[in-house]
Amino acid sequence: MSSTATQEMNLHFRVRDALGAAVVAGLVGLPMLGLTTRDGANGLEVQTRWALLGAFIVIAFAGRITLQMLLQRFHLFSKRRLRARPVPEVTGNGSLVWAGAACVAFAVLLPALFAGNRYVVDTATTVLIYVMLGWGLNVVVGLAGLLDLGYVAFYAVGAYTYGLLSTHFGLGFWQCLPIAGGLAATFGVVLGYPTLRLRGDYLAIVTLGFGEIIRLVLVNWGDVTGGPNGISSIPKPTFFGLPMQAPGEGPTFASVFGLDYSPGQRVVFLYYLILVLALLTNLLVSRLRRLPVGRAWEAVREDEIACKAMGINVTNVKLSAFATGAMLAGFGGVFFAARQGFISPESFTFSESATILAIVVLGGMGSQLGVVLAASLLVILPELGRDFSEYRMLLFGVAMVFIMIVRPGGLISHRRATVSVPGVEAKP
Amino acid sequence: MNASKPLLSVECLTMQFGGLRAIEDLSMSARSAEVTSVIGPNGAGKTTFFNCLTGFYKPTKGCVKLTHPQHGELRLDEMRNVDVARVGQVVRTFQNIRLFPRMTVLENLMIAQHNVLQEASRFSIAGMFCSRSYRRANDKAIENALTWLERLSVRELANKPAGDMPYGVQRRVEIARAMSAGPILLCLDEPAAGLNPRESSELTALLTTLSREQGIGILLIEHDMSVVMKVSDHIVVLNHGKKIAEGPPDAIKANPDVISAYLGEDDETSLHDEASQERSAHA
Repeated sequence: MSSTATQEMNLHFRVRDALGAAVVAGLVGLPMLGLTTRDGANGLEVQTRWALLGAFIVIAFAGRITLQMLLQRFHLFSKRRLRARPVPEVTGNGSLVWAGAACVAFAVLLPALFAGNRYVVDTATTVLIYVMLGWGLNVVVGLAGLLDLGYVAFYAVGAYTYGLLSTHFGLGFWQCLPIAGGLAATFGVVLGYPTLRLRGDYLAIVTLGFGEIIRLVLVNWGDVTGGPNGISSIPKPTFFGLPMQAPGEGPTFASVFGLDYSPGQRVVFLYYLILVLALLTNLLVSRLRRLPVGRAWEAVREDEIACKAMGINVTNVKLSAFATGAMLAGFGGVFFAARQGFISPESFTFSESATILAIVVLGGMGSQLGVVLAASLLVILPELGRDFSEYRMLLFGVAMVFIMIVRPGGLISHRRATVSVPGVEAKP
Repeated sequence: MNASKPLLSVECLTMQFGGLRAIEDLSMSARSAEVTSVIGPNGAGKTTFFNCLTGFYKPTKGCVKLTHPQHGELRLDEMRNVDVARVGQVVRTFQNIRLFPRMTVLENLMIAQHNVLQEASRFSIAGMFCSRSYRRANDKAIENALTWLERLSVRELANKPAGDMPYGVQRRVEIARAMSAGPILLCLDEPAAGLNPRESSELTALLTTLSREQGIGILLIEHDMSVVMKVSDHIVVLNHGKKIAEGPPDAIKANPDVISAYLGEDDETSLHDEASQERSAHA
């Protein structure tokens, strides 16, 4: 076929495609733009705005053609990209290790680089909370392949555990951390058990329900949780028993180290605290991944029946994934409660679960570094959009769609083997 | 043939799905260090039979006994599929290959040794701190895996994702994975399907040496008669869920019932077989 013929056919196809878009635009636009109501003399009057509707349809038509042309230009829609499931590279990749090390170095130096800029450090703390949650959910979704839409429930369990234990029993941050982790893990097993036989969509629905149950319990069990008012004046974490506060009774962090007290110290302290927690999480997860249990998580994701035939107890494997993920969310929750000083069910809505899931999917299932990139993106992007707040979510959505078109496997779809033989060529 | 107790003995096994009786009153046995083949036309109930043995289906009637060197007599029909593999050391492969496609070949073989490693890692705590006993178990597992990869001549592919391999190689990896789990009874569901003639003659040689050298029992479902006749010590023929013949290859070859089951409905069956072979060759 000659190239002109292809072009003609393309043009023909384009026009038809754009006409389709125009028809849809017309149908949608008719009630939304074509008709409008106005306060008239005899109550509401219906008015028509045909010119506006016409313009809308023309714009849709022209826009669609332009979009298609541009897409073809940039080859974004080539078949290769649309392949359902790209087979990720498995081999080790030195550049990713360097990128990870650079990220850690940057994270450690960040408070020094932006000294005095409280806003940056605060935002970075938020990013790190999401990174930690993303790493936790990565165990459940990325490694074990269990789609969990109620992850925020475990985050809530952790936060409320600290909130309640500290305000009622005076337990400190460090005492509550293991308790909350254990409690969240227990909840993980409790949720995991009935969902063992479920897969994919069904599992997603049940976990979604579980997340909502926890939130509704928090809202309605007013006597214990404070209901919609939440729990306030939760104590801040201490530096080995030294509180971060203005000098008063007893030793404080500033007085012991002979520093002048400034409120910025606490912000930096909280930042380093979550950094340490996140790095420990990363260490734990990447170590577990290389252990038999981690390999079994991935094997269950790949093929459950083959696992059974190999004598792997799929029940235990799934429950351990749920428990580990939930425990990490519990730790994250404790930190969240300690940082905010106030928690309420508002902080644990479904949209939070969706954000964490988006971080995992966007980052590339199972990729640790991908989670960091995605979490940074998902926190910083809305922050950047503050100036045009009305379009913030729009910007956010467009960015997500764009990333998923360009990189359908997530930002980093590379999988690192958990064990390899030296001396054998790795790349195909 | 030795006179001692058979490794596997199946007694009066019946498997019914609603109105369909997939297996009816089947009794047979398999011995260590022998290859026992189960053959029969399509839909004869061979794979159902495997599923009953390995705990994937609960048989409607009858029992399956395994004489385990350590645990004595085990009733496989009463065990869960996980325990059949873990306790009974009966490992199976699947007709449609079931590797863990995105994991490397070596990882696939490591997963087969999961239970040993998991125990060595002591609920992952010892593993977390890289204890010496865990490291030793891990090294041993890798060595074991590499030995089997070497045996099936896929060692140089150890670091590649299993899903990227050609079909014939995936078959070999699946056998290597099953062997690295250390089975006493290996159930192979059509291992020669989709292999080219050279590959299937290699498979034939391999199965014979495996059973003799490792002393394990091999239970084989196969359509490729050239493989079956060469490797089998004992053949069981199924048709419509019933056993129609049993014996050594030569006797089976001459058995009129078997010939009519396979060739009696000549056109249809042989065409079907050809078609299925062609299909798997394309896959």
